[in-house]
Amino acid sequence: MPRVLFVLTNGEEHLVEGKVGDSVMQTAIDNMVPGIIGDCGGNCSCATCHGYVDPEWIEKVGPRTEEEVLMLDGALRVEENSRLTCQIKLNDELDGLVVRLPISQI
Amino acid sequence: MQPNVTIIGAGQAGLQLAASLRELQHDGHIMLIGDEPHLPYQRPPLSKAYLLGEAQEAQLALRPRAFFEKYAIERRPGRRALAIDRQRKIVALDDDSVVPYDQLVLATGARNRPLTVPGADLQNVFYLRTLDDSTALRGTMAAAKSVVVIGAGFIGLEFAAAAVKQGLDVTVVDIAERPMARAVSRTMSGLFQREHEKLGVRFRFAAHVLRLTGEQGRVRAVALADGSELDADLVVVGIGVIPNVELAAACGLVCDDGIVVDEHLQTSDPEISAIGDVALHVNHHAQGRRVRLESVQNASDQARCIAMRIVGKRVPYQAVPWFWSHQAHLKLQMAGLPSPGCEEVLRGDPDSSSCSVFLFCAGALVCVESLNRPADHMLARRLLASHVQLAPTQAADSGFDLKSLL
Repeated sequence: MPRVLFVLTNGEEHLVEGKVGDSVMQTAIDNMVPGIIGDCGGNCSCATCHGYVDPEWIEKVGPRTEEEVLMLDGALRVEENSRLTCQIKLNDELDGLVVRLPISQI
Repeated sequence: MQPNVTIIGAGQAGLQLAASLRELQHDGHIMLIGDEPHLPYQRPPLSKAYLLGEAQEAQLALRPRAFFEKYAIERRPGRRALAIDRQRKIVALDDDSVVPYDQLVLATGARNRPLTVPGADLQNVFYLRTLDDSTALRGTMAAAKSVVVIGAGFIGLEFAAAAVKQGLDVTVVDIAERPMARAVSRTMSGLFQREHEKLGVRFRFAAHVLRLTGEQGRVRAVALADGSELDADLVVVGIGVIPNVELAAACGLVCDDGIVVDEHLQTSDPEISAIGDVALHVNHHAQGRRVRLESVQNASDQARCIAMRIVGKRVPYQAVPWFWSHQAHLKLQMAGLPSPGCEEVLRGDPDSSSCSVFLFCAGALVCVESLNRPADHMLARRLLASHVQLAPTQAADSGFDLKSLL
């Protein structure tokens, strides 16, 4: 099972086990990782699952989806490695993925 | 010891409250009572992906089964609360058990407003709210040819988009003169009508349904007041909802078109709160009007507001309302709340089906409806949250960078 390490802005780390096929957002909320909200349920409609994918993983998670690009265009604190984590589906190659969370989603 | 929290209603609001309490390290007992047998699930896909078979039941669960055990959230699925005894602080359930509470939260939601014309009880007349509704409709849709949708609101139009995609002949009937008349601007209504018609949906506006006629107990046609008759082997009704206030009213809480709550979402009994579709609350973004909002955002944010209060961080409910509705290629996102008599300002090109309507009331921005323009939606939420002044001329000018105001 792929594991994902979420790092909060205060340095707190949450290493959680995900399921292949689940999104990174769902993995976070199923494990009570603070700072990921994901209100729209993965529909790319709320941008409350924003995270920064660690540079070494950015190629492996693939490119942003078309809709995600448009949502991020209006979101807060967007960086080059910003992703809406509902749009990243876990697979075995992503075991060890590191995602840093913004100070706030809204 | 922190208070024991009992939640009646295991939809989006009830589930979010339970989850948020644990996220905030609440260590009191949490009981989540819901009258449906399923794990708490997402409703939005019921009129879209799930209906079309693109998503399955397991994918709709808001949290996996193991989550509830891991975080000690006790559930009573398939159980209905019958009465609240405010003196003894207990809730009576339909299996003769009682559940005590220190804090009680009513997340009882709403139910579909029933069609009351003759023939409304014929077979193949469906409503769409619950997972079971959608499952039943999905089975019948596969064999249907022509469907009449009664009600051109969000549910009716989302269903219509799914039905034409499956090759059904679709007619949408509404008593109003335009689609989503109570919820969106004239400009946005016009765009949705045009785009749905391109997909093959037919509309009958200002149309009154007189009766449904059937054959061997099954619906066959919908008769309108102007004498016309629309063939239908399937009818889907989406004519609004009735808030489930009965439990609250029966124990003496103040109710109107919803359970009346204050800015902290407390009812007339401070140990009982109400959240989600059922909560009639004074909304900061509705110029102080009392409103009841039927949205995922409202359910989730109100749940978080109460969770904060229960763990001792009392803050009034002030979240910016937002909403979405996906209908085929049309992705509508709304931020803020419209009010009657707003000035409509268009941004973007309506012919390309990518534009936003900015609504101004007495010179102030109150609502932004975006069609296939997610960045406008995101920026609108931030503008409304920060109460930044935007001029109508700036909104209308696509070259003006909204980000420059933030």
